[in-house]
Amino acid sequence: MEARINIPAKVVRNEPFEVRLQIRHPMETGYRTDDTGKAIARNVVRSVTCRYNGDLVFAAQLSSGIAANPYLRFFVTARASGELQFEWVDDAGVRISERAPVVVA
Amino acid sequence: MLRATIVAAACAASMAAHAQQRPIAADALRSGIAYAGADIRAMQADDLANPGFLWVQRGEALFNENCTACHRDAASMRGVAARYPAYDPSAKSVLDLEGRIEQCRTGRQHKPAFGRESDDLVSLATFVTHQSRGLPMSVSIDGPARASFERGEAFYTQRHGQMNLACTHCHDQSYGKRLYTETISQGHGTAFPAYRLEWQGQGSLQRRLRACLFGVRAEMPKPGAPELTDLELYLAWRANGLPIESPGVRR
Amino acid sequence: MKRRRFVQGAVALVALAVRPVHAALPSIPALDGWLAGRTPRFARIKLSIPAIADNGFAVPMRVMVEGPFAPGPYVKSIRLFSETNPVPDMAVFEFPLPIERVEIESRIRLAGTQQVVAAAELTDGSVYAMATEVIVTLAGCMDGT
Repeated sequence: MEARINIPAKVVRNEPFEVRLQIRHPMETGYRTDDTGKAIARNVVRSVTCRYNGDLVFAAQLSSGIAANPYLRFFVTARASGELQFEWVDDAGVRISERAPVVVA
Repeated sequence: MLRATIVAAACAASMAAHAQQRPIAADALRSGIAYAGADIRAMQADDLANPGFLWVQRGEALFNENCTACHRDAASMRGVAARYPAYDPSAKSVLDLEGRIEQCRTGRQHKPAFGRESDDLVSLATFVTHQSRGLPMSVSIDGPARASFERGEAFYTQRHGQMNLACTHCHDQSYGKRLYTETISQGHGTAFPAYRLEWQGQGSLQRRLRACLFGVRAEMPKPGAPELTDLELYLAWRANGLPIESPGVRR
Repeated sequence: MKRRRFVQGAVALVALAVRPVHAALPSIPALDGWLAGRTPRFARIKLSIPAIADNGFAVPMRVMVEGPFAPGPYVKSIRLFSETNPVPDMAVFEFPLPIERVEIESRIRLAGTQQVVAAAELTDGSVYAMATEVIVTLAGCMDGT
């Protein structure tokens, strides 16, 4: 499952910085049928979390109402240098973790 | 000064050689992005929001894994996509970029083909095309490519399907006009492989062409069919000079 | 004849440019259930979605809540509701720690023209909400690939 995470190279203490997350995932709604008419099982990224040096700073519960290859742009307030740890899980139980360094200028 | 003159003369000569008038003059060429809505334009323009980069990324990993034994690095691929489709001497036919990658795979690496619409091939083609981002389309229709070009042109101007429409009816005669709520583009392929919202993913130009044929209720040739490659060559020639957009985003 | 067409055109343009800001929410059972009797305020929250979506599969969405927040109640979560999608609860975005810049962008799926509601809940239980109408167009040609 490819993902792209983008954070500014340097962030300013106590200022919000932008986080961009793009996940490769079909976000299968469960309403489509294949060529034989059989329903394709629902499989969406259910939950996304973002921890900053261990503290949960952002969480999202998604549904089939979020487009395929989910894209999120949100803000986190800079505190200390360290890292953002992302984790997401889908209906099939696949759990992915990614990290991105945070450098406070 | 003398050198510049010689280059100018050579250009004039080659243009005279296939002094075929292009349906849309060079200065009137417009990318499909010019006919797209604001959201699509914004999605393509922002590298951090453009979903096609998921396939550029995947393509890079595949390239490093499979291709660097012969092809030094990504930079060595610069300019390649701008020249394709092109006549390939070993295949003895015109190949599009995907076809050329497959030929490397099966003919030189002796490995099983990726498959025309496989995610691996779409990713690799996206990555290689990305190395030509911003470069003008520059295919040749000279020599052994000529026959393919002429077949492609014939296909483009021939009526297809229940709707009995030829590509030229929409893309030469009606660009800028509405088809239901969509604005018809000039039908260049310079942004492909592209992320198409309708596909909810990345796909090749051939897939888009097949979709168009489905749209006029024609039988779709199979992916990789020679008539699709011929058509791709014609379209590329028709778009020569337009910069490659990669990864493209389309509706 | 010419004059009438021009007027019709002008009216259409104005209608697109100035979408009514709903000071009332569409009736969505999932939304009403979550509100549980609370009356949302129609202020501070801004939901931005194009008036006409190029394709219902991926529609850009941005929701922002205006500060200032600290000290005092801050935004705990933002919820998105769909009027006519099969799944009305589109997403919940949570902010476990106070943050001054409350802004989320994503791309949503819309199964046809409808209203979308964004509702922000603050730590004191107050709710700010906004509804916006999105026209979802169908493709000009079918794609059989």
